Amino acid sequence: MDSGLSPQDKKDLDKFIKFFALKTVQVIVQARLGEKICTRSSSSPTGSDWFNLAIKDIPEVTHEAKKALAGQLPGIGRSMCVEISLKTSEGDSMELETWCLEMNEKCDKDIKVSYTVYNRLSVLLKSLLAITRVTPAYKLSRKQGHDYVILYRIYFGEVQLSGLGEGFQTVRVGVVGTPVGTVTLSCAYRTNLAFMSNRQFERSAPIMGIIVDHFVDPPCSSQRPANMGQPCNYRAPDEEDGGPFAGVQDSQEVCTTSFSTSPPSQVRGHTPSLLFTVFLYPLTSSLPFSNLFFYFTFSFLSLSVFLPVSVCCNSALFFPAQMLHAGKEGGVVLVPAQPPHGADAHLTAEHAPNTPGSSGDDDGLSQSGEGRRDEGRRSVSPSDPVESLNAFTRKIGAFVNKPSTQVKSTHRPSYVLFSVCVQVQPPDSPPCPSPLQASLHSQGSEGSGPQDDFVMVDFRPAFSKDDLLPMDLGTFYREFQNPPQLASLSLHISSQSMADDLDSLPEKLAVYEKNIDEFDAFVDMLQ
Amino acid sequence: MNCRSEVLEVTVEARQVEEAMLALLHTILLHRSTGKFHYKKEGTYSIGTVGTLDFDCDFIDFTFVRVSSEELDRVIRKAVSEFKDALGNSGSDGMGQISLEFYQKKKSRWPFSDECIPWEVWSIKVNVVNLANEQERQICREKVGEKLGEKVINVVEVINRHEYLPKMPTQSEVDNVFDTSLKDVQPYLYKITFQITDSLGTSVSTTMRRLIKDTLAL
Repeated sequence: MDSGLSPQDKKDLDKFIKFFALKTVQVIVQARLGEKICTRSSSSPTGSDWFNLAIKDIPEVTHEAKKALAGQLPGIGRSMCVEISLKTSEGDSMELETWCLEMNEKCDKDIKVSYTVYNRLSVLLKSLLAITRVTPAYKLSRKQGHDYVILYRIYFGEVQLSGLGEGFQTVRVGVVGTPVGTVTLSCAYRTNLAFMSNRQFERSAPIMGIIVDHFVDPPCSSQRPANMGQPCNYRAPDEEDGGPFAGVQDSQEVCTTSFSTSPPSQVRGHTPSLLFTVFLYPLTSSLPFSNLFFYFTFSFLSLSVFLPVSVCCNSALFFPAQMLHAGKEGGVVLVPAQPPHGADAHLTAEHAPNTPGSSGDDDGLSQSGEGRRDEGRRSVSPSDPVESLNAFTRKIGAFVNKPSTQVKSTHRPSYVLFSVCVQVQPPDSPPCPSPLQASLHSQGSEGSGPQDDFVMVDFRPAFSKDDLLPMDLGTFYREFQNPPQLASLSLHISSQSMADDLDSLPEKLAVYEKNIDEFDAFVDMLQ
Repeated sequence: MNCRSEVLEVTVEARQVEEAMLALLHTILLHRSTGKFHYKKEGTYSIGTVGTLDFDCDFIDFTFVRVSSEELDRVIRKAVSEFKDALGNSGSDGMGQISLEFYQKKKSRWPFSDECIPWEVWSIKVNVVNLANEQERQICREKVGEKLGEKVINVVEVINRHEYLPKMPTQSEVDNVFDTSLKDVQPYLYKITFQITDSLGTSVSTTMRRLIKDTLAL
């Protein structure tokens, strides 16, 4: 009994507990909105900030909480619970955690209500702020978006933990003793998140009203939270985009980086110059996939205008989930699933950094963990256009889990990687092994021919002196700049058909047999 | 009065030291800061409002809540940065400890200076490891994030025992209990110190202290 409590203290205590309950709900729901929370400190007391903490009040959440309380207060045997659950776009839902504000019978008669209880409740709210960022549901809520949303439900009465699955963990946020009982705040959270992997997917439309007792509106379809079981985010669903990369609305950019290997190898008398041109192309929602090939072809043709080329082309199309590993340092590091032919360079492409304060970075950071999260999702066999869109989005591994309003500001484009290996064959030109040697070729040397694109005015090789040797370095270079082509590699030999080769074989064999004694003597000499 | 002492231990990569320390120190300070006091003529006071801010770590898979005060954040970052630099310069072992001590000032008569009496000390022991490849680093990001979560729960558990706290001071004594230098929030008086452990597992300062104590004991 609280006979030792003055009426004013009783009134104050009831008010504290009521507003503490309302603020608890606000903190929990706001922590599951999927956004970073930021409120300002104020040195001047405003009079409206309960417990001296700047916690905004979302009106709908307050309304829901008051509706659940229905004029009562959390007391002994009457707990206020906030249930956080996840609902996928396919209609599956899973309870993630349940926050319980309870009161037990242990009283602290000597405690001062207006001062100590108030301050301790303030500390408890701060602890709640800290703990809500620590439970597993926080990371899930930061990534909610197209695939799933986070919902909340407030109820009053007996605590229900059966929906959390086996092995759920409990963390106690804190306790505050009061003259009428001890206020306890705790959280029970699910640890087994793989509930969906074992279920068979059925090719049927989802049963309507499957969770009508929880949620009035299906997720991803409401602009504002309805009365109960509302999504913790308030965005409109982005289902108008027709492309596979819905929600990403950035301008297109084509970023090219060219490398040339040095020096090229001498093969068959040709001097191929291998150009590895890699196109790093951000995919956006408004660009159909076929246009990518248009850009690729166009770029390739522009190359061929300048050089007569025979092209062996390898294009590797990488899906973003396999190839991007967003670096927190601001760049995007490409980690190709299959290395492009011949190219072993890692490219970093600068892209517009994410908006500070967004959780887009977490998307990138946890992309390596997407595989693990994907295990928990079922594969989709779409039954309607929206689901097929989602299915395609999921299969692509596009950047999910951002509300479209946030996606607009925190874009993260996918990239398609092309690599083109171009072999350049200059027609009718004598072999020129390297660009360096071509530049050293002088105008007056033999066999210069079309090689004299570079006119050497004066050649002074380094580290050479004219009076030391009869033949100085420069002379050596000039004389041996263009050695004659090997006879076996000359064109007329290679152009012979195989039939001619076969015809000439018997004659050659006859000559060898005639000279067999010489060959034997040569072999004996070597031994 | 006994000083309450709590020890937290973390193992992190070198680039995670700063954020791990910030996460823990800010979590503690969040609970040990109030709004600015405004004393009224009747001997009562009102308290300002403390805002909060979510901070996403770059090198750790973790988000923590801190007081929304840039001044306080600057002070803490400076201390953590000095600790990180000292840790980096210490050699290959990479062990150290940073301590956050809350204290009260007790006025002494002239010529003695004010006495600082600690009432709560948080010691965070840091063990720095080097990792060989990116895969290990990725695993470390997540593991350290989970560990920091556990440490936050430990901190909250200790604080919510509601053990000794200094009494709310009068206007004349507020500077003996709180740090009133900040414009927007008012943490309890605190100081941050650190020490680096050498390769023998002992710190230079503790060795010296032991030597002096042993000498005086003779």
